Amino acid sequence: MNRSEASARSILTGVLERQQTAIAERWVQVQMERGEVGGGLAEDELREEADALVAALSSGLAGDLPVERVVAQHRQLHDAVTDLSMRRARAGTSPTATSLAVLSLKEALLACVAEESLDTRGSLAVARVVNRLVDAAGALSFETYVEGREEIIRRQNRQLMELSTPVVQLWREILAVPLIGNLDTARSQVVMENLLEAIQEHEAAVAIIDITGVPTVDTSVAQHLMQTVKAVRLMGADCVISGIRPGIAQTIVQLGIDLSGIQTRATLADALETAMGLTGQRAPYAPEHP
Amino acid sequence: MTHPGEEAHHGGESADAGWALETSEAARSYPVRTEADLLTVRHAVRDATEELGFSLVDQTRVVTAASELVRNAYVHGGGGTLFIDPLRQARGVGIRLVVTDEGPGIEDARQAIVDGFTTGSGLGHGLGGARRLMHTFEVHSVPGKGTMVTAVRWTDR
Repeated sequence: MNRSEASARSILTGVLERQQTAIAERWVQVQMERGEVGGGLAEDELREEADALVAALSSGLAGDLPVERVVAQHRQLHDAVTDLSMRRARAGTSPTATSLAVLSLKEALLACVAEESLDTRGSLAVARVVNRLVDAAGALSFETYVEGREEIIRRQNRQLMELSTPVVQLWREILAVPLIGNLDTARSQVVMENLLEAIQEHEAAVAIIDITGVPTVDTSVAQHLMQTVKAVRLMGADCVISGIRPGIAQTIVQLGIDLSGIQTRATLADALETAMGLTGQRAPYAPEHP
Repeated sequence: MTHPGEEAHHGGESADAGWALETSEAARSYPVRTEADLLTVRHAVRDATEELGFSLVDQTRVVTAASELVRNAYVHGGGGTLFIDPLRQARGVGIRLVVTDEGPGIEDARQAIVDGFTTGSGLGHGLGGARRLMHTFEVHSVPGKGTMVTAVRWTDR
């Protein structure tokens, strides 16, 4: 670290200590003016963020970490930047707007530095330090933002997997699995496990697999369905597949898939009626056919 | 009704395996590298058939055929590419699907489209089934180099 950098750093540290509130305020103003906020962040939230980050910057700079490592290694500063980015990622702010918001701290800092009466050389040295600090913060912010979004995607994937494979009891001894969406290997495995466990738990005699919400039935989907049916039968229960739409029926025939060993019905209502018959129960009323 | 001259629109670049890729300029390509790509591809084919005015049943046919073909490329060919080529010609509207992979290829393409033929654990209806779902269907395969399947379905028959 050369002398001009050391003195620039101490000037900046002084400015930060004396004008912390003013810098934070100015930063909020810059962000508001540029309209980079968006995504439901209110002005007082911004102010809170700005206060925390500027305070952390001030304490980071007052310490003895080298400038290029302050953002990465000063705990409080690092957390302030990642908190800000995470919050924006969740609020749905774009990644560009998020890093620009962090980078606009430069403007606020430089505006406050300009009020110190420095010569050109001194101002330039301070500006360099500001640049390196805030660029590092911008880069960290971008990285955190992307991580935050990926975390959201992973969580939604897990939720979707759980949500999309419910097993419901329709009647005494009768279970149904309404399948919605794509049936790949991983999902059909989850469906099978859930269904088999539910059969045991409810002592079910009939399981209805409803494929109304499955857009495409190709040989792979058919194979998964057939395996599930086989497993259900091994447990001593019957299986009915419902929700076969006209297009799906024609496609299955043309594909040459033989489902003749499996009971299939057009609608879930028909399947329930069949299941009631299989379990020797009487439906209180028959479903109406228009 | 036949559709003569549905062969080439412009000579695509020649693949290493020794056949020419025949797709029009309107064709779009989709990579098939992961199981998630299969879903993306099905959506793309569904959208394309809908835009071309295929009936709901025909949309299902084309999407299912595409699903079989890309799954073959994914499972047996170690991944590949699907080209969706909308055909808007004087004699009708249709869709051409071209699926290529650089996998081990098929020893006997004639045998592979016979029902029940399988090298893996599948049902063995994929290729033959896809052929019945489409109007024209061609398999080019060079063992050790890869496979290209071209299939067309028209809206009007």
